[in-house]
Amino acid sequence: MSGQNEHKTMTLKLIVWRQNGKNGPGRFETYTAREITEHHSFLEMLDVVNEDLIKEGKEPIIFDHDCREGICGVCSQVINGVPHGGQERTTVCQLHMRKFKDGDTIYIEPWRARAFPILKDLMVDRSALDTIIQAGGYTSAHTGGAPDANAIPIPKPDAEYSMDAAECIGCGACVAACPNGAAMLFTGAKVAQLAVLPQGKVEAKERARAMIKAMQECGFGNCTNHYECQAACPKGIHVKFIARLNREYIRALIG
Amino acid sequence: MNLNGKCPTGPIEKTWDKHRFDMKLVNPANKRKYKILVVGTGLAGASAAASLAELGYNVEAFCYQDSPRRAHSIAAQGGINASKNYPNDGDSIYRLFYDTVKGGDFRAREADVWRLAQVSSHIIDQCVAQGVPFARDYAGYLDNRSFGGAQVSRTFYARGQTGQQLLLGAYSALSRQIKAGMVKMFPRTEMLDLVLVDGEAKGITVRDLISGEIRCHVGDAVLLCTGGYVNVFYLSTMAMGASVTAIWKAYKKGAFFANPCYTQIHPTCIPQSGDYQSKLTLMSESLRNDGRCWVPKNRGDNRSPNDIPEEDRDYYLERKYPSFGNLAPRDIASRAAKEQCDDGRGVGPGGRGVYLDFRDSIARLGEETIRERYGNLFEMYERITDENGYKVPMRIYPAPHYAMGGLWVDYNLMSNIPGLFVLGEANFSVHGANRLGASALMQGLADGYFVIPYTVAHYLAQTKPGKAKEDHAECRKSIEDVKGSMKKLLSINGRRTVTELMRELGTLMWNNVGMARSKEGLTEVIMKIPGIREEFWQNLRVTGNGAQINQQLENAGRTADFLEFAELLCRDALHRNESCGGHFRVEYQYEDGEAKRDDKNYCYSAAWEFKGVDSEPELHKEPLEFKEVHLAVRSYK
Repeated sequence: MSGQNEHKTMTLKLIVWRQNGKNGPGRFETYTAREITEHHSFLEMLDVVNEDLIKEGKEPIIFDHDCREGICGVCSQVINGVPHGGQERTTVCQLHMRKFKDGDTIYIEPWRARAFPILKDLMVDRSALDTIIQAGGYTSAHTGGAPDANAIPIPKPDAEYSMDAAECIGCGACVAACPNGAAMLFTGAKVAQLAVLPQGKVEAKERARAMIKAMQECGFGNCTNHYECQAACPKGIHVKFIARLNREYIRALIG
Repeated sequence: MNLNGKCPTGPIEKTWDKHRFDMKLVNPANKRKYKILVVGTGLAGASAAASLAELGYNVEAFCYQDSPRRAHSIAAQGGINASKNYPNDGDSIYRLFYDTVKGGDFRAREADVWRLAQVSSHIIDQCVAQGVPFARDYAGYLDNRSFGGAQVSRTFYARGQTGQQLLLGAYSALSRQIKAGMVKMFPRTEMLDLVLVDGEAKGITVRDLISGEIRCHVGDAVLLCTGGYVNVFYLSTMAMGASVTAIWKAYKKGAFFANPCYTQIHPTCIPQSGDYQSKLTLMSESLRNDGRCWVPKNRGDNRSPNDIPEEDRDYYLERKYPSFGNLAPRDIASRAAKEQCDDGRGVGPGGRGVYLDFRDSIARLGEETIRERYGNLFEMYERITDENGYKVPMRIYPAPHYAMGGLWVDYNLMSNIPGLFVLGEANFSVHGANRLGASALMQGLADGYFVIPYTVAHYLAQTKPGKAKEDHAECRKSIEDVKGSMKKLLSINGRRTVTELMRELGTLMWNNVGMARSKEGLTEVIMKIPGIREEFWQNLRVTGNGAQINQQLENAGRTADFLEFAELLCRDALHRNESCGGHFRVEYQYEDGEAKRDDKNYCYSAAWEFKGVDSEPELHKEPLEFKEVHLAVRSYK
């Protein structure tokens, strides 16, 4: 219950990737996190370390974070080799320090993938994911002129399938977890979300072609069925959407 | 000075249609000659940028996030209202209009609210066309749920992630226009000044958050879609980067700031667990359908909640509001929780929490039913607190989560500065003193998809394109000003961090200006804020430099603005000698604790004009007229 562990604090050894800019040489630096309680979130633990660094006149560790409630998808750290730290269906910002023990050593690294250049320390450039969406991750519906929302009934299982795919938060953990640096779970989720809906079927072929082309041009790899992406995904996006992507792509090529 | 919102007159149901006809148009061939700057890419900004680009305007869009898909609209859970009347339960445009005016405690313009209700249906149509996977029934039609006290089911939803799905819909429309070359997108770019040329908004000065470059963008109109300011309380449910900065810079250039004291506190958030805490997490208020709020009857009762017998529990909401019970409205429920904690009967760390207990519902319905209804929320609660809400009561506490106030705009969403438009949460227009659940998403998309495409044309049709160039003297001056303040922030070299100072301001604000306000408290805060401001400018420490990624520098700039803005919020709260909606002055309440409005003296929107950081702002009033919905006391008894 609350209150019981208020006085127990942890001291942790952090080994953190520091890199000054895209082309700067990277290195691991060691820090100590003191007075951490089980209620600190992982990012709040880093806040504590950063406050100390600032007071010492040093530059704090740069990391992406914003909503801190697991939905914006911007937080992106590989913790002890696992994107988002390995708690099932949990982003870094929702990971709490009760998952660690006093005296633990924790390795913290950025997403590592050819398509995600490091900007600084733990912050990477994921604009390649935007590029994939820009290639075709939409229906070409102009504002205005849409028919009544109930004009086209959609079978509930299709709507649910579409929503399962649409839950993707675009964090890129799938890419960071994949030995090939592939973005096929990300791309597959968007292709599948739209392909199953009548509104999205119209452009399904062109969409699959264009998004795969963009994916390849951005330097992402291809799927060789490791399924690390699904394991790392904080929203539990299923690899069946990669299968769907392949089917839609083949349909596009032969159709 | 009395302000005029320039609302169309005549029968309310014809106002928007008539106004649309009366407005000027820009012909298709001329649209490409105009450039529109859109700041912020949440629901309002992304939908506006996409819709304007589709029409043929050149658009430049800016966001501080690394991608427009991450704006904080994404965090909205519950749903979006629309007057579709699909369930056949008596909804109509008029009813949604009526509910919104009343819910806002009669502090919004009728014509603006009517338009919102009128276009609400089109929003749902548009989103479905985009492939937004709303919840559906087994016949394949759209499902609705009830929300926040409304007597009809008009809320459309996509699981617990409605905001996410609507934002991704707008983001996809925006992405299509980026690909088409009609929108130039500038992510990781923060607006730090507004540029006026001959009194009209013609540009913005921004900082590239990666390179640190400070530059000016010019256009023929500027749209601010930059969200709300409740991070002024430090701990809130907002994203860490959310700030008042964009609208504050506009305010300092002459835009009026309306009703800053109207802030909403959400009752069902996870309580703070320690001083290190960086933000608060909201859980959908639907939990109160099956959870009962209580605190121990006796102060200092530190038994485990399950060991506290029935006779030692105080189900305070059921006691105080027998007919509404645990479903009392947001403002009432929030204040009641605070009262219990102030009385020393709060639970959890620091005594700032109350129990939300599902024991009786589980006994009545079974754990499985509760899991089906709220499983994801119980999961989220456990992830954060490590407590199992099925076994021990949840602990909740209210937290700031929405700003009804914002920049003053007329019916066309244009501020008092020609060419400066303000959309979504950043403006003050439709929610009055209190926003109803599921209405924020509706407003953001209404403004962006269905209002601004018409009203911006009306302005542009009367202005020549390309008036300002990047090398205009005003642009150069603005760049120098921004560079100067960056340099100043970096050169203080004191001992306090940005976070420490922001926490100090936020704590002061939350304790005195949060859920309940008094003349004494507000006066005290107004006296104290300049001191924190001085401490900030004398003793701040920001390491690193401005020519690179520097998150401290970003936060320092935002905090500097909050330190000025906080004072305006307090002044507005102090001047409004009444209680209405989210603004509760302890001096103005009925015996039973209900908010006591003063329609005779305060039935107006308060729009403040900047007169210098250390000078008092000037108040302008826009009187509110209620022709359709008659002024009445909001009662929840």
